[in-house]
Amino acid sequence: MARQMTGAEMVVQALIDQGVDTIFGYPGGAALPIYDELFQQDKIQHILVRHEQGAAHAAEGYARSTGKPGVVLVTSGPGATNTVTGLTDALLDSIPIVVITAQVPTFMIGTDAFQEADTVGITRPCTKHNYLVKDTEVLASVVHEAFHVATSGRPGPVLIDIPKDVQFAKGSYTEKNKASTGHYAPKLKGDIDQITALAAMMETAKKPIIYSGGGVINSGDSATALLRELAKETNFPVTSTLMGLGAYPASGDQWMGMLGMHGLYEANMAMHDCDLMINIGARFDDRITGRIDAFSPKSKKAHIDIDPSSINKVIHVDVPIIGDVAHVLEDLLRIWKSRGRKTQAEGLEKWWKQIEEWRAIRCLDYKNSEKVIKPQYALQRLEALTKDRKDRFITTEVGQHQMWAAQYLGFEAPNRWMTSGGLGTMGYGLPASLGVQVAHPDALVINVAGEASWLMNMQEMGTARQYNLPVKQFILNNERLGMVRQWQDLLHGNRYSHSWSEALPDFMLLAKAFGAKGITVSDPSDMDDAIMEMLKFDGPVVFDCLVEKHENCFPMIPSGAPHNEMLLGDAGVEDAIGDTGAVLV
Amino acid sequence: MSPLKIKKGTSRKSAYDLKDPHADVIERHTLACIVTNEAGVLARVIGLFSGRGYNIESLTVAEIDHEGHRSRITVVTTGTPEVIQQIKAQLGRMIPVHDVHDLTEEGPAVERELALFKVAGKGDKRIEAIRLAEIFRANVVDSTLESFIFEMTGTSEKIDAFADLMRPLGLVEVARTGVAALSRGEV
Ligand SMILES: Cc1ncc(C[n+]2csc(CCOP(=O)(O)OP(=O)(O)O)c2C)c(N)n1
Ligand SMILES: [Mg+2]
Repeated sequence: MARQMTGAEMVVQALIDQGVDTIFGYPGGAALPIYDELFQQDKIQHILVRHEQGAAHAAEGYARSTGKPGVVLVTSGPGATNTVTGLTDALLDSIPIVVITAQVPTFMIGTDAFQEADTVGITRPCTKHNYLVKDTEVLASVVHEAFHVATSGRPGPVLIDIPKDVQFAKGSYTEKNKASTGHYAPKLKGDIDQITALAAMMETAKKPIIYSGGGVINSGDSATALLRELAKETNFPVTSTLMGLGAYPASGDQWMGMLGMHGLYEANMAMHDCDLMINIGARFDDRITGRIDAFSPKSKKAHIDIDPSSINKVIHVDVPIIGDVAHVLEDLLRIWKSRGRKTQAEGLEKWWKQIEEWRAIRCLDYKNSEKVIKPQYALQRLEALTKDRKDRFITTEVGQHQMWAAQYLGFEAPNRWMTSGGLGTMGYGLPASLGVQVAHPDALVINVAGEASWLMNMQEMGTARQYNLPVKQFILNNERLGMVRQWQDLLHGNRYSHSWSEALPDFMLLAKAFGAKGITVSDPSDMDDAIMEMLKFDGPVVFDCLVEKHENCFPMIPSGAPHNEMLLGDAGVEDAIGDTGAVLV
Repeated sequence: MSPLKIKKGTSRKSAYDLKDPHADVIERHTLACIVTNEAGVLARVIGLFSGRGYNIESLTVAEIDHEGHRSRITVVTTGTPEVIQQIKAQLGRMIPVHDVHDLTEEGPAVERELALFKVAGKGDKRIEAIRLAEIFRANVVDSTLESFIFEMTGTSEKIDAFADLMRPLGLVEVARTGVAALSRGEV
């Protein structure tokens, strides 16, 4: 006979059976039965955050850095609504998290009860799937199914809303292997005819490019290995989206750097001029394509994606391949090899020569200064002093600093780079860094932050202190909403409408108040010492790096422009964005 | 100008396809979705359409298999071929959706809608109304001395046509079920 237990016991048991070791949460009235169960066990550690949004981002950080789903537990009403930004973030970046929200008892649903919110209604559009469980008998099965849904196919956030009476009531526990993981079984293998078509195109391409994305990382380590093998065997250049950094190593010869709005000149030019584009686990996001009707006009395009709705959504492709990246790449390599491993060596040589010319532009060069720290310089020094650490994990907030981090830091392995790509959520980086550090207690975890973003979830320094998480908050403080100010430069005649903070806190005092170490630096010649001091300190650090206030981030494809009309550092920026471009974001 | 001959941003074009959607062919498709009959499933489907800006011309839902907890949602939608393709893919990836059939694409299908018409009038108009109802094979399901309710089953076009004819004859109210559809043949 199935084991009898209360709903609250079932939740904890199901989490244990799913292999969960950590949950991020915040208690409240409706969640108390589950919290009581947590108190009476020691298999799962609970990290008490300071705001439920922090819990969701921490879970994302945990998930992105481990490849395992992150788990969140919050109370009803405000606890649940506070997770909405994190859920949306995870949805847009395809991050597996399972969020358990408590709900008012079933008999009070619909009465505007205290801390009642229509959680499944509110979160329906920002989850991959969600459940309101009204019967304890099915609760365990739902929890198991939620993990299956969150982690299968294109991963994403799943929410389970559990009324308090369902947590108290008794029912029979469904074991993990007996749970109905439903009919949800996305196709992993790609269509062999299409894969063969791609192999044939690889044989004739003279200007190919591999455009890889977060899907490679989500697909797992074997996908990363296969991507590297594909690149090595074919000698094709590789660029990647913001989400895909690390799948191909930054030190690799064929690495072109990130592409897109703030991507590298050579990567964007190659995307524009290529004759074969192989999109592996990316989604033709508007930050990548720029102007659609001028996007890579001369290329044949292949697209490997596990989500059929990604295919032909934005860009029409010639060879759509629906399947898991690792499975498809395995077949692709096998087929291409069996056909004789052919490529156009001569064409490729010319192509690489062209690429070298683009590289020679050195698009990331900037005018350094001896008086004031340039944000690019700060990141170059951070890179120089940390890149040898195999256990280095970087999270970011959102803004200029994020783009500079993507440009100036190099990633050798997947799951080392956690940033809010699709939603662009300011306030993501600090809690995400906590999630990463919890999963990798001995690693070096650095959040490259802007001062404005960082303030959005700075309360989580309390969490860092409580759990002795030695996260390094590397704040590039330009006293500006830098990215907003840059757009106002480009688009709104330098009218800096509300893009700076009049009253920034003293970050040294703030660090002290939270029991962390504060370091401040403003002279470029002190940069290395300051970074070393940060790295040596065994505990959380708030690193206040006062940088040039009006630096702009280049290269930049202005909204509305095609890939070959990038702005570089020395280009004028006035009127860079036209009237129709101006309505875009 | 930079040494690269990169013009200062001069583009006046948009990053998105801002071309007139009406310039494309707009198609009308009837989609049948087999879904798990669970709370919220209809809200999910409707939310997808409103959230992504797709059209719903008609929508019907009812349980079709009580034991198996299956419902059938029939949606009539319009859009460019690309949009229709997207709608199907988006529906298909929802967890409670088991199957999406594009009845318009999968070959001949039978589409029917049921409608009720209340027509009020006297004298010649009343006589004309009942005469037309006979031609259209509409049944009288309620009658007073000054009104009828007609019931009619047919394609949406036929119902539209009947409504147009009834309007000058005293049409007071129409209730329509929306389209139910099945593909023809054995499978
Ligand atoms: C929650 C949220 N609100 C607003 C924005 C719009 N936004 C994008 S970047 C940015 C400025 C960020 O400033 P800061 O964190 O200091 O980074 P910087 O650009 O200066 O490096 C803003 C307001 C956003 N991305 N997220
Ligand atoms: Mg700033």
